[in-house]
Amino acid sequence: MTATVEADQRRRALPGWVRSPILVAAVLSVALIVVGELVSPGFGSYGQVVAMLRVAAFLGLIAVGQTIVILSGGAGIDLSVGKVATLAAIIASRVMQGDDAQTASGILLALAVCALIGLANGLGVVYLRITPFVMTLGMMGVVHGLILAYTGGVADGRAAPALVSLVNGRVFANIPGVVLIWVVVTVLVTLLLRRTKPGWDLYAVGANRVSAELSGVRVNRTVVGAYVASACFAGLGGIFMVGYTQTVFLNLADDLTLPSIAAVIIGGTLLSGGVGGYVGSAIGAVVLTVLTNLLTTLRMGEASRTVVNGLVLIILLAFYGRGRRLRS
Amino acid sequence: MTVRTDAGDALRRLTTTHLPSWMPWLLLLVAVALSATLRDNFFSQYSISSTFATFVPLVLVAVGQAIVIIGGGLDLSIGAVAALSSVVAITVMGGDDGRVLLGVLAALATGMACGAVNGLIVAGLRLQPLITTFATASVFGGVTLWVLPTPGGRVPGMITGTFRLAIVGIPVTVWLVLLVAAAWFLLKRTRLMRHIYAMGGDPAAAYASLVPVRRSQALSYVLAGAFAGLAGLAILANSGSGDPFIGGAMALDSVAAVVIGGIALRGGIGSPLGAIGGAMVLSLASSILFFVGVPSTYRPLAEGLVVIAALALSALSDRRKT
Repeated sequence: MTATVEADQRRRALPGWVRSPILVAAVLSVALIVVGELVSPGFGSYGQVVAMLRVAAFLGLIAVGQTIVILSGGAGIDLSVGKVATLAAIIASRVMQGDDAQTASGILLALAVCALIGLANGLGVVYLRITPFVMTLGMMGVVHGLILAYTGGVADGRAAPALVSLVNGRVFANIPGVVLIWVVVTVLVTLLLRRTKPGWDLYAVGANRVSAELSGVRVNRTVVGAYVASACFAGLGGIFMVGYTQTVFLNLADDLTLPSIAAVIIGGTLLSGGVGGYVGSAIGAVVLTVLTNLLTTLRMGEASRTVVNGLVLIILLAFYGRGRRLRS
Repeated sequence: MTVRTDAGDALRRLTTTHLPSWMPWLLLLVAVALSATLRDNFFSQYSISSTFATFVPLVLVAVGQAIVIIGGGLDLSIGAVAALSSVVAITVMGGDDGRVLLGVLAALATGMACGAVNGLIVAGLRLQPLITTFATASVFGGVTLWVLPTPGGRVPGMITGTFRLAIVGIPVTVWLVLLVAAAWFLLKRTRLMRHIYAMGGDPAAAYASLVPVRRSQALSYVLAGAFAGLAGLAILANSGSGDPFIGGAMALDSVAAVVIGGIALRGGIGSPLGAIGGAMVLSLASSILFFVGVPSTYRPLAEGLVVIAALALSALSDRRKT
């Protein structure tokens, strides 16, 4: 109670527009594009922005699941999303082998495996009561092992042309298919969260598990569902990613775990659960992608970008994620 | 997450006030028995020396992790700190026996500096330890690649040589694990450690009892950083060269060792000695998988499953966890 009051007071001390994290994130992404255009002309051109949105879509899809898990509360977090996305990409491309006829079976098999992984995460968290970060960190190790066992350490397989054209093909106004899919997913997920019973249950569970339970919400089922959804959306992000790169690498999406959490935080979803939404996370994914592109334009190496990614998250947390003082 | 009655809760508290502290030692006994049956000469001096050589780095990070977790925090960057310390040390030493002391000091200083960064952010800015240390792990990982972009470098012969010696018939590596345990017995008596326990148990009550909560919290990370720095040296001694990618699995393994060791993740309860046991169990488990003949491509999967099984076992034996 005191925490919310204090957070409220702190927020009221700021100018009005800063109070909405989504607005701040949107302004930030535009500002970054403007800076990019100033540093390197052409950075903010239509083609470049669309290209950035295409890359942001993969992170954005993975962040859907991360948002849902974090909303479910109880220190919910999924540290396995990066590896799960990689595994899905590997399974899909191995099944497809560049053959259109296998597109659907590749995608479905990959998503089924992801659902099982998410189910294991959810069951471990709910019924074995393993702390979410420990469970999903452990699962990250298991999925890493699965990838090595399945591939024997050598990634092969190729995305089917149908998947490639779905991801890269320009549908209209030169916008690639995956960006449109992402927009549709954003609308659907937001409707699901705000307008359907599972969505309301999720917010109720995230805000207060005991009162949700007493109000007749099936808490355990909702939490398990959140982890299944997280793994499935991570898988979807991985599958589209391999449609973009066409060939698969053993560490394709591994580094997206930290940005997926960062995107959720930028979007204003509280780590304590129950407050937030997906639109913010989607804009967060755009901010992070623009930032990465900007750093690449500035010829910053991979190591330096890793450093900056970490620093950005800490700075963001300092704005949004401060805990309460013991003194209060 | 079911709703419990007060009476049920009180009963539960009575029956399971403490986590089973014998659990890691029981598991260790099983692991040793299994290893002994699988390998004829498991108890030979050479075998013990090399088995303990694999223990040392994980034992060190597990103790560091245990101290932070007992204080109610968490350090997911501890593997990255160990890796950074090791590459800084190998760069400073440059394969020269005369600069070993300098290298040791550099590793310790690096570890403690990284710990101070974590501690200042978590305690000073009041940010969540989980996300903060996940983010700083990324920062430290990037810095590690600046210092040493590709695996390489040569560790002075003095370090690798000492690691294989035996003193009074007992291998140096065994002495090192004993030394870590002894260091804990000294550390345990300090005021700082009492503050860390109090703070982990109930920060508000500790604050009310004039425990310098912020300072103790920051120092718990510095302490963990020091252990991670030493772990970086142990990695060097073990492998003989530097590798910027070594820290990857250490965060998970250190947390798993702590959980197996009967230390409550909510803080305030448990002893790093349990984490030492947990670290040895994990190391033995992976060598058992090797000797059982699990093919190398399946070994990471088997190791991951062992960790999950251990976590599940610990969680099941502590039904009070919330």
